[in-house]
Amino acid sequence: MAYAAGVDVGSTQTKAVIIDEKRRIVGRSLIDTGANVVLAAENAHAGALKDAGLREMEVEYVVGTGYGRYRVTFGNTQVTEISCHGRGAVHMFPGTRTVVDMGGQDTKAIRVGSSGEIVDFCMNDKCAAGTGRFLGAAAAALEIPLSDLGSRALQFQKPVRISTTCTVFAESEVLSWLGKGKKIEDILWGVHQSIASRSAGLLRRVGIEDEVTFTGGVTRNIAMIRALEEKVERQLNVSDDSHYMGALGAALFALDHIVSSRSPREAVETRE
Amino acid sequence: MKTVEKENGLVGRGNRDGAQLFRDWFSSLSEAADEGRRAAYVFVMGSLNEILMCFDLPVVFPEINSLQTAVRRVAHEYLDEAEDYGYSPDICGYVKADVALQLRGGAHPMGNIPKPKIAVATNACNTYIKWAEIWQRMYDVPVFVMDVPGSREAGDSTQRGERDFENDRRYVEAQLKELIAICEKVTGRKFDVDRLREVLGYTNEMNVGWKRVLELNKARPAPFNALTDGTIYLGVANGFRGTKIGGRYFTELVEEMEYKVEHHIGSLTEEEYRLIFVGVPCYPIFRRFNELFTDWQGTFINSTYLWFASGGANRGFEYDINRPIESLAEGVLISVRDAMDSMFYQEKALGGMIDDYHVDGIIYHPIKSCRTVSTGLADSRRYMAEKYDIPSLFVESDMMDRRVISEAQMKNRIDAFFEGLDSRRRRSGVH
Repeated sequence: MAYAAGVDVGSTQTKAVIIDEKRRIVGRSLIDTGANVVLAAENAHAGALKDAGLREMEVEYVVGTGYGRYRVTFGNTQVTEISCHGRGAVHMFPGTRTVVDMGGQDTKAIRVGSSGEIVDFCMNDKCAAGTGRFLGAAAAALEIPLSDLGSRALQFQKPVRISTTCTVFAESEVLSWLGKGKKIEDILWGVHQSIASRSAGLLRRVGIEDEVTFTGGVTRNIAMIRALEEKVERQLNVSDDSHYMGALGAALFALDHIVSSRSPREAVETRE
Repeated sequence: MKTVEKENGLVGRGNRDGAQLFRDWFSSLSEAADEGRRAAYVFVMGSLNEILMCFDLPVVFPEINSLQTAVRRVAHEYLDEAEDYGYSPDICGYVKADVALQLRGGAHPMGNIPKPKIAVATNACNTYIKWAEIWQRMYDVPVFVMDVPGSREAGDSTQRGERDFENDRRYVEAQLKELIAICEKVTGRKFDVDRLREVLGYTNEMNVGWKRVLELNKARPAPFNALTDGTIYLGVANGFRGTKIGGRYFTELVEEMEYKVEHHIGSLTEEEYRLIFVGVPCYPIFRRFNELFTDWQGTFINSTYLWFASGGANRGFEYDINRPIESLAEGVLISVRDAMDSMFYQEKALGGMIDDYHVDGIIYHPIKSCRTVSTGLADSRRYMAEKYDIPSLFVESDMMDRRVISEAQMKNRIDAFFEGLDSRRRRSGVH
């Protein structure tokens, strides 16, 4: 049995996935990236190996992705996370034609073909407005753990309309609403709506086509799923592995390499 | 052996001579500044060099001065100085760098820039007019604004002989006569129509050569990179317009490009992807920006910048020297109108090139500090994707301000674009 790995070094967290020849996930790992990007990649990969019960030498090919893809020093090659999220999303939800990936420092809207290939994509500009970082800043201002943000936001009653998605101004914006006596839940839902609105704008720029798959770290936030679904007026594909979609896509590219380097007969045998 | 010798002299001559001419031009400006002589301040979209040459006025292109501060990696010093003076971070970076240049008494990394005697603008860029008014206030110099009628609607320009065209031509001609009168007054010299004929002849040689050079990039591999090499040629096209040296340079450039085409000498040894650039270059990381594409064996085979920033010289308009003023008016109308169309209505021209130039993709480069040239690009991109199914990339940065440029983000997008091109090519089985 051959194994392939993908390591997605993001600005906030590093994800690693190992798949087998049948394209099944056999190991996964998630850690904070921190300051040492090289070490984060190594640790995430080691975690995925452990989860899969494999030794390093059993993984034939590794693809690095994410902002730190060139720091995956043990990786065989690099592919952008834009291609990887598209590939992973179509693998997991074959009807996917549009992907929205919301990560720590950027949000991407990606239109894909039936094989997961990129047709078009669009991202926020250099400014991190409207990304996961904004949620983090709002959570810090309200002293709420990130993991509770979504469930608290869904308890809203009279949502506040947040005018900015600027990460720099997030804290002052949130505090000013608190100062006006607004409930935390109402402010939080406003924050989610504001980000969802900006993301929906990116999606419209590439063209929203069914099915839409939501990927990236923010998929763990249930309020963001609901806010985005309201903005794009359709249900989103989300799975427990959505956070790993970039790493999964990278692992699929790695498996492609293993298969293409084999004889034609061997390659046929490894197809699903 | 002979071929090698010829190659050694010919291949790369345009870049070598162009760079030398560019340095010579700035040296001559420095000399003028040091002697206290004043210059005509003009803009790339309709410099009206042909008239100014007749009065032997040195020409200063403040846009080129400004972009050179970015190429030489000191733009931030000039921008900061202008912002400290009170200019907003949101306005044109070219304007701000020039304001700082003026505040420094003309001190520029390439030499000293003379003060203006007259400022000549067209309406091709709305900022030109307000920019020229800054010099008017600083130096109390006359500002002449040539109002060039643009296209009435996208892709539908009036033609010679049509009533609207002839009215527009007469309107431009009347303004040229006004400009001549102002130049006579400012310089104290009489206008010499025979000198204008001579200048128009040199410009004809340049225009014909420029058009031909651009067309020669249809060849595979493309003999020059429209973003890097092209910008060198563009510098000569602006600074030496209407001069004997400028005309000869372009004749020789045609010779070089024809040789390269004939001998299959490309700007890249392994040309994989042929791209068109739309917008203004990213000057603060000019070489690196290009490398992000050439690393994937992608080369720029054309650029709308080479069209509008040469004032529409790409049209190859040839003046009739037997009716100089009237013909100059025609040329200004056709060329400057085309420059404006290259910024605002470029789709027809781009669409016509896809097959002829074997284009694999279009790179749109909107810039933060110029909304004029950037605003319509998203619409253009959508239109080109729907009508021609041509892959394109939107990569945003700036022509001057490195504060809004993130090389890592830029690389991410460019890499993803090529990954997409690669998978598209593999699916279609084309290599």
